[in-house]
Amino acid sequence: MLSKQQAKVFFLGGTLLFLAIFVGMSVHSLMIGIPENTNDSDITEEVILGKQLWDENNCMGCHTLMGEGAYYAPELTRVYDRKGAEYIRTVLNAPNGWAPRGRNMVKYDLTAEEVEGLVAFFEWMNRADLNGFPPEPSIGN
Amino acid sequence: MKFKSQKIAYHFFALSMLLLVLQIIYGFIMGFAHMGYDGLHELISFNTASATHKNLLVVWILSGFMGAAYYIIPDESDSELFSVPLAKLQFWSFAIVGVIAVAGFHVGWWEGRKFLEIPRPLDFLVAGNVILFLVIILMTLIKGKKSSTTAWVLTMGLVFAALLYLPGMIYFDNISVDSFFRWYVVHLWVEGVWELIMGGILAYLLIKITGVDREVIEKWLYVVVGLTFLSGILGTGHHYYYTGGPSYWLMIGGIFSALEPLAFLGMTVFAVQMYRKGNKKHPNKLALYWTLSTAIVSFLGAGLLGLAHTLPGVNMYTHGTLVTAMHGHLAFWGAYASLVLAIISYSMPLMTGRNIFDNRTGRLAFWCSNIGMFGMTGAFAAAGVAQVYLERIAGYDFMTVAKEIEPHFFVLILAATLFTVGIIYFIINFLKFGRPTDEALKSDEDFEALKAD
Ligand code: HEM
Ligand code: HEM
Ligand SMILES: [Fe+2]
Repeated sequence: MLSKQQAKVFFLGGTLLFLAIFVGMSVHSLMIGIPENTNDSDITEEVILGKQLWDENNCMGCHTLMGEGAYYAPELTRVYDRKGAEYIRTVLNAPNGWAPRGRNMVKYDLTAEEVEGLVAFFEWMNRADLNGFPPEPSIGN
Repeated sequence: MKFKSQKIAYHFFALSMLLLVLQIIYGFIMGFAHMGYDGLHELISFNTASATHKNLLVVWILSGFMGAAYYIIPDESDSELFSVPLAKLQFWSFAIVGVIAVAGFHVGWWEGRKFLEIPRPLDFLVAGNVILFLVIILMTLIKGKKSSTTAWVLTMGLVFAALLYLPGMIYFDNISVDSFFRWYVVHLWVEGVWELIMGGILAYLLIKITGVDREVIEKWLYVVVGLTFLSGILGTGHHYYYTGGPSYWLMIGGIFSALEPLAFLGMTVFAVQMYRKGNKKHPNKLALYWTLSTAIVSFLGAGLLGLAHTLPGVNMYTHGTLVTAMHGHLAFWGAYASLVLAIISYSMPLMTGRNIFDNRTGRLAFWCSNIGMFGMTGAFAAAGVAQVYLERIAGYDFMTVAKEIEPHFFVLILAATLFTVGIIYFIINFLKFGRPTDEALKSDEDFEALKAD
């Protein structure tokens, strides 16, 4: 039977080995994989402004982006394709706050520049290669 | 209780109870909003409720872990805590930072990073507080007369949990990179180092409650935490499938995260076997219930329901839907919430000298909360699966689907009510214990004697 000492070696050895592999893969992802997939070089000042607004307003507290966030409001990774820039502007500028089918979105007082930042952010997001996410609906349409 | 200083744990447990109640209130606000009743929208919008619900969860669990460490480490190292005044300072600063954070969410002082919404300036206070906590724990261990594997595994879990908080504090312009590091915290916490904490606390409880030989229990503890890191570290890849990471994560994340349930299964087998081997003489049945349920429900919620959506082919469809919320609830409940309730049930009689070991209130608390949580999980599952089919497979618009699944949230609220009744019973028992007292010193010696056969 396994002794306590052997169990300890299994724990320490396994942990160190897999940690080393994980760090290696992380470095590759951060230096090469993610910048390529997300077109890192296209991140303009406008996109950064949009990202900061996304952060500051905790949009992720209702929506998902890249499938991350909360499930109260739509997935926005491909919203630029699905709805287009004009629609996004309308939502963000809605004078009494956007409320599709009675579900209220928080009302924001964004400047024109800020709205354009968010549009640019969604346009950038729209082009990211996410290994096929979100999936195309396979039936219906 | 062997040492007077262990009493400080009570403060942390009381804070846990308070924050749990608040967490539930915000859960109801979101449940009603999903059902179509968002009357509080102007006052507490959904994203405020959501940040508050998730952060209160993390903070009350961490508070429970800290209390557990303050109770367990003196016992395991056979010495008083390094410094009680410092521990009190640590408690109050922890509570105050928590209150400021939660209040901040109501006025938009936050960052949109799920589970880590606490803004960066406050992060530094959190970090300082945790360093103080770790210094107290480590000094106690170092100056202690004994040292044990259980104590070290628990402490290492706490130290790594603190270290992993740091990558979450760095800012990036690329949201995909932001998210990459967010998972260093969130995933490597719940599917990594928190399992060390869980293993340590479970081992302690099993040693105390079952009377099985420490060497045997600690050997299996190494195996369980070994399995955790073997699978859990590379298992982080299941969050990198569709968030901008390279495609090799589909394979690596898929394989290793599918192995993660083994660690939880290990936890279940470990606890159930030790219970069966043990002498079953310990009178604290409520602590035993919660200890075993932690070991079992964590496997169901984290292991099985995690496995259900972790393969890339499935996750492509379930990613970012209510299916995730289904798993999130039962996993957090089974593994970490129940664990905190177990250590509270075990230690409160020993700190207060009031022997509430097995009463009706305690049993009702156990059954109502567990059955309620299973009901909630079922409601989220029904809503989530419907959402996946309607939105992801049939291509209906998000809000069309949201309207369609509203009735499931009515079921959610019903189950959540039963769950809340259970928690209220638990808190009634907690209050019945009263405050810890020095008269309870040496109270566990009676139980030590139970082991000698
Ligand atoms: C009465 C009790 C509760 C109710 C009604 C409730 C309801 C909810 C709702 C509606 C959400 C938001 C889903 C969304 O993003 O749209 C949520 C999120 C969450 N709740 Fe609860 N909750 C309750 C108790 C708990 C408890 C006790 C725990 C932990 C043990 C918990 C853990 C979570 C977690 C981890 C999330 C985030 C899930 C995710 O985004 O995947 N909740 N809850
Ligand atoms: C006690 C342990 C665990 C807890 C507390 C837990 C909790 C959670 C929570 C709260 C989320 C949502 C996170 C977010 O979106 O920010 C999540 C996501 C996820 N968990 Fe777990 N989990 C645990 C263990 C596991 C295990 C063992 C597996 C796999 C076998 C697993 C598989 C997943 C997957 C695949 C997701 C991503 C869901 C998505 O794509 O939306 N989890 N977990
Ligand atoms: Fe994970």
